[in-house]
Amino acid sequence: MSAEVTLTIDGQQVKAVAGEKLLFVALNNGIYIPHLCAIAEEERPSACCRLCFVEIEGLSRPVTACTQKVRDKMTVRTRTPKVDRLVKTGFELLLSDHRLQCRTCPKNGACQLQMVARERGLKLKTGRFKPLAKDIPVDHSPETFSFDAGRCVLCGQCVHADQNIARVGAINFINRGLKRKIGTFNNRCLRDSPCTECGLCVKACPVGALTFKT
Amino acid sequence: MSAAPVQEYYQKLQEEARTKSAAQKHLPRVRVGVATCSIAAGAIRVKEAFEDEIKAMGLEAPVIDTGCMGHCYAEPQAIIDKPGHPPICYGKLDEDLARRLVKDFLVDDDPCFEFAMAALEPNDFFPTFEDYPRGVYEKKMILGQCGFINPEDIGDYIAQGGYAALAKALEQEPEDIIREIKNSRLRGRGGAGFAAGLKWERCRAAESDIKYVICNGDEGDPGAFMDRSILESNPHLVIEGMAICAYAVGAAQGYFYIRAEYPKAIERVRLALKQAREKGLLGQSVLGSEFTFDIEIFAGSGAFVCGEGTALVNSMEGNMGIPETRPPRMADSGYRGKPTVLNNVKTFAYVPAIVRNGSAWFKSTGTPESPGTAVFTLVGKINNAGLVEVPMGTTLRTLIYGVGDGIPHDKEFKAVQIGGPSGGCLPEAMLDVPIDFDSLKEAGAIMGSGGLVVLDEDDCMVSIARYFLEFTQQESCGKCTFCRLGTKHLLDILDAITRGEGTPESLDTLMELAEDVRDGSLCNLGGTAPNPVLTTLRYFRDEYEAHIREKRCPARVCSDLILYYILPDKCSKLCSACVGSCPTEAIYTREDGIKAITQEKCVKCDNCLKACPPEYLAVIKLSPPVLPEQQEGVKN
Ligand SMILES: Cc1cc2nc3c(=O)[nH]c(=O)nc-3n(C[C@H](O)[C@H](O)[C@H](O)COP(=O)(O)O)c2cc1C
Ligand code: SF4
Ligand code: SF4
Ligand code: FES
Repeated sequence: MSAEVTLTIDGQQVKAVAGEKLLFVALNNGIYIPHLCAIAEEERPSACCRLCFVEIEGLSRPVTACTQKVRDKMTVRTRTPKVDRLVKTGFELLLSDHRLQCRTCPKNGACQLQMVARERGLKLKTGRFKPLAKDIPVDHSPETFSFDAGRCVLCGQCVHADQNIARVGAINFINRGLKRKIGTFNNRCLRDSPCTECGLCVKACPVGALTFKT
Repeated sequence: MSAAPVQEYYQKLQEEARTKSAAQKHLPRVRVGVATCSIAAGAIRVKEAFEDEIKAMGLEAPVIDTGCMGHCYAEPQAIIDKPGHPPICYGKLDEDLARRLVKDFLVDDDPCFEFAMAALEPNDFFPTFEDYPRGVYEKKMILGQCGFINPEDIGDYIAQGGYAALAKALEQEPEDIIREIKNSRLRGRGGAGFAAGLKWERCRAAESDIKYVICNGDEGDPGAFMDRSILESNPHLVIEGMAICAYAVGAAQGYFYIRAEYPKAIERVRLALKQAREKGLLGQSVLGSEFTFDIEIFAGSGAFVCGEGTALVNSMEGNMGIPETRPPRMADSGYRGKPTVLNNVKTFAYVPAIVRNGSAWFKSTGTPESPGTAVFTLVGKINNAGLVEVPMGTTLRTLIYGVGDGIPHDKEFKAVQIGGPSGGCLPEAMLDVPIDFDSLKEAGAIMGSGGLVVLDEDDCMVSIARYFLEFTQQESCGKCTFCRLGTKHLLDILDAITRGEGTPESLDTLMELAEDVRDGSLCNLGGTAPNPVLTTLRYFRDEYEAHIREKRCPARVCSDLILYYILPDKCSKLCSACVGSCPTEAIYTREDGIKAITQEKCVKCDNCLKACPPEYLAVIKLSPPVLPEQQEGVKN
């Protein structure tokens, strides 16, 4: 199935291969859509960050671009009042659970949350929501990097890197609900896990949760 | 495959079963309802009392376990079937009464009508359930045999025509069955109301050697127990429905997903599967045909979200029970990536009757868009709580006042919460809404899995919204942003409002966030979690406003917004019932002998209000929490 399709994103005509995911088609054509969790190679996206909303003609509600396969003559808008509202709320929700200290964050300037704020004109503040206390200690145990769960947005990029690229299996999602987090087997520190410190997860992390020591 | 052997095989089974049951016809039989609900009410002891007494009297009278009849307000129950009398149902039994029935009725032939609830067959002596107002409104399509047949004896089910639908189905082409189910417009009873026939058709069309049929018995809604009740009371009905589905879609393997907290249901289903295999109704060449099908039980972890299809499959595959995005649809790629039909317990339970009686029969009950019946657990402030089955299209008013016999203690109806924690609260003005998938959705509620909680004037709608949201917030799997964090913030805002700390802005935030969680969540747990908030905001906004602007809880429930006060002119100086009831010694006797409360010590436990004798009713709750003396003080 490699039929070429033509779709319209924000009025711009774009060519793509049928079945490709809309999010990556847009990004590859220089059209920004906020995204944290999408992984191009994954057939079934996790779709957990809920930031990549777009409106597609014919659908009554905004949908996530990372889960939509492109179709011929699809008409997509990345900025509508409904989309902007959802993205703003989703973004504020993530920030309400984030150790918001950009100035001291190693990722300052390269962080995807800052990117979303910049592109969408959003403030790096929790806005309507009270910050949820997040006094989780930082795991400094690996020699080359640190893991600050207080800055983790639970996108799963590191898990993909660890399990599917490095094929180590040191980390995964653990716990449910508000306690969901990235952890090791038996919740040990990383040094006591099978982690080989290949650094792939650190490179994959879009925010300041996994950062190399300097 | 020739058709005749199947019928022959089935006729033989049925004859066997009927002969066996006829052999007992001359004996009096006692059927005791033994299901989770009645066991809690003491059914096991009642059953033992029957057995002991029958033995002591030297009688031959089998005591048989049945399931739940749905009259939960009158558990434990038993049906006594004595030749020469109509079968009679007795309620609110205890051991003494059981012994007495054996002596008076089984030995002396006095049916003790004073303890009877109803007869099960029309007769000249005693009314039947159909003669009760409730019986007039109810229509039993799937609960009909629950409580009457022995769920632990497949013969009972077969003698009454059980598995005839499977035999009939096996003589038809799978496509014909799918057409019949499609024509019947049977909609899934697990909540969303998706057309079962379309699901089956898609699964049939999917190309794969291996396909699966899964019965969703997760039933995680607090307070809902319809599915448990059916599995405990009539497991073969569901097994038969699943087998027909498997034949129609081309599946050889089925699964029951039942929450591990339902041990009785698991036990009965396991026994039923074993008996079905022994009779050749499951396994290789079902009923002598070429169709092979078997079912296994999967005991689920019991997380609410595991009832969601993709999470259920994940949990069956040994992964965390966490939802995935769709597509792919289950019918294309479900369990182990194979085409899978997932239906609710009740959905499968309708199938045998539809196959037996045809789609037109099914559609003659209910509404055109939602044919058939609706099954509810009716609970809360209602006289006749229990499991009810009414035609779709019945109004909420009929259900509450006709079937449930209204609100106890002359209290005023306030709202009905329908659809479980993901449903909505509807007010008096909406009571004439017909119960069907689409009308309820339009009103902001959902059919959900059929929990129906009646609320009266003493219920605070903000607290109710908070209560349900707390449940979903705790059950959120945490995968996606809106549900994990959004429900937490919704809960925090509701908390603040119930404490009197809400602001007008917080009400706007509550509304916006509730809508965004609904629209932004990955699965329908988050998608429906805001419903209690959205509907209470829509229909009871004044209660929110009172909490926020006046620091007043109109139902006097929110403990931070009330205080307890003893009316001096009502208090009898001679009584001191309240004083002893108070756990913190907050109540003292004034110089004039009248009792009063030291507010600083009061923990708002409500004991004194309950302790004050009905002839005085001197203890009252005030909201906002301002003492009359203080109010006067302001004026001065
Ligand atoms: C959070 C959540 C919980 C659910 N729990 C149940 C359940 O306990 N039982 C059930 O049959 N369906 C449940 N469902 C609905 C299922 O996802 C699915 O739609 C249903 O089992 C399909 O069967 P039906 O078409 O017969 O209704 C739940 C859905 C969600 C989102
Ligand atoms: S550590 Fe980084 S990559 Fe891993 S889930 Fe958290 S934010 Fe995503
Ligand atoms: S909506 Fe809730 S339960 Fe569903 S995936 Fe998101 S976090 Fe999990
Ligand atoms: S990128 Fe689509 S939901 Fe995260």
